[in-house]
Amino acid sequence: MREVVEKKVLSENDRLAAELRQRYREQNILCVNFISSPGSGKTALLEKTLGSFAPGTPVAVLTGDLQTDNDARRLMRYGFPVRQIVTGGTCHLDARMVERHLNELGFRGPGLLLVENVGNLVCPSSYDLGEAAKIVLLSVTEGEDKPLKYPGIFHRASLMILTKTDLLPHVEFDPKLALENARKIHPEIDYLALSSKTGEGFDQWLAWLAALQQKTRQEAPATIS
Amino acid sequence: MHEVGIASSIIESIEAEARRRPDAQFTAVGVRIGELSNVDRDALAFAFEALTLKTPLEHLRLEIEWCPRRQKCLACGEEFVVKDWELTCPKCGEARSTCIGGTELDIAYLELEEPCEKS
Ligand SMILES: Nc1nc2c(ncn2[C@@H]2O[C@H](COP(=O)(O)OP(=O)(O)OP(=O)(O)O)[C@@H](O)[C@H]2O)c(=O)[nH]1
Ligand SMILES: [Mg+2]
Ligand SMILES: [Zn+2]
Repeated sequence: MREVVEKKVLSENDRLAAELRQRYREQNILCVNFISSPGSGKTALLEKTLGSFAPGTPVAVLTGDLQTDNDARRLMRYGFPVRQIVTGGTCHLDARMVERHLNELGFRGPGLLLVENVGNLVCPSSYDLGEAAKIVLLSVTEGEDKPLKYPGIFHRASLMILTKTDLLPHVEFDPKLALENARKIHPEIDYLALSSKTGEGFDQWLAWLAALQQKTRQEAPATIS
Repeated sequence: MHEVGIASSIIESIEAEARRRPDAQFTAVGVRIGELSNVDRDALAFAFEALTLKTPLEHLRLEIEWCPRRQKCLACGEEFVVKDWELTCPKCGEARSTCIGGTELDIAYLELEEPCEKS
């Protein structure tokens, strides 16, 4: 006989992610989840972003990698709380890892929580971390067809950031085509282009982030003052 | 290879179900995989087989239903399957539509045989 089950394969992760989302809402934390192929420039973007914040800005970073705490060490130099999540072979972060490391970090809102996922364009997009937005990075050295090859993440991301634009003169890459491809998958996806090396495009990126923070604040329960 | 993780999540669900009904004999599990789910069918089937090998679930069949991306037109309500990334409504030509299918990563059903009453 056939018994109807009808549940999400990742229902346990979804449950934990919903708890995290609830916690973020209560504490007025804006959590964003950065996803890209290995080496597209997630850590570099975070470094430059942290560098732009005044000391004491309420911001924390969780950074995931298969091995090593290199990224955390790079990010710690900016004086904000950073914690490395070493997944030990798992190719994505899940809600349980985030919950545990967030507790260890002792970060409480209100504030900004930046989560760098494991470098991988496929698996991280299946695992909800309770974030307000997924941000997908695509570097100019990767090819314009990436959105069509990895539609899952471009479908779920709120924002696509084209990175390493300082290299555009040296590579054959058409940003317009890359964006067209992304919008074939997700017509409403936001788009920014920047270089973490020269800082080009950073004002727009910081403005995008501030606007999202503003929106989150307005939606938060107006209890804490 | 996150299909291994997906396969073990499926297996955990079946095991939980098996604990609830220790007498039942599970024969198949049905899952729905959407084209936007980032899960590769063959890799999932392979991982599932590898993980159940020489376990009580060794003979369990994994039945995968592949779900294409489907959209619903915001103007006329037409529901259509997306081919070649064409999101425009085939009925009325409206460009705006919402995604209603293709992200599935669900366990749909279990096939099981319950033993007859022992007499
Ligand atoms: N020219 C140039 N190089 C960059 C830029 N951003 C990052 N890089 C370089 O690209 C390489 C990878 O950058 P990371 O920031 O470590 O990339 P990642 O996405 O964090 O990598 P993983 O965490 O390993 O997935 C490094 O050598 C960076 O110096 C950029 O804007 N311009
Ligand atoms: Mg990194
Ligand atoms: Zn229509």
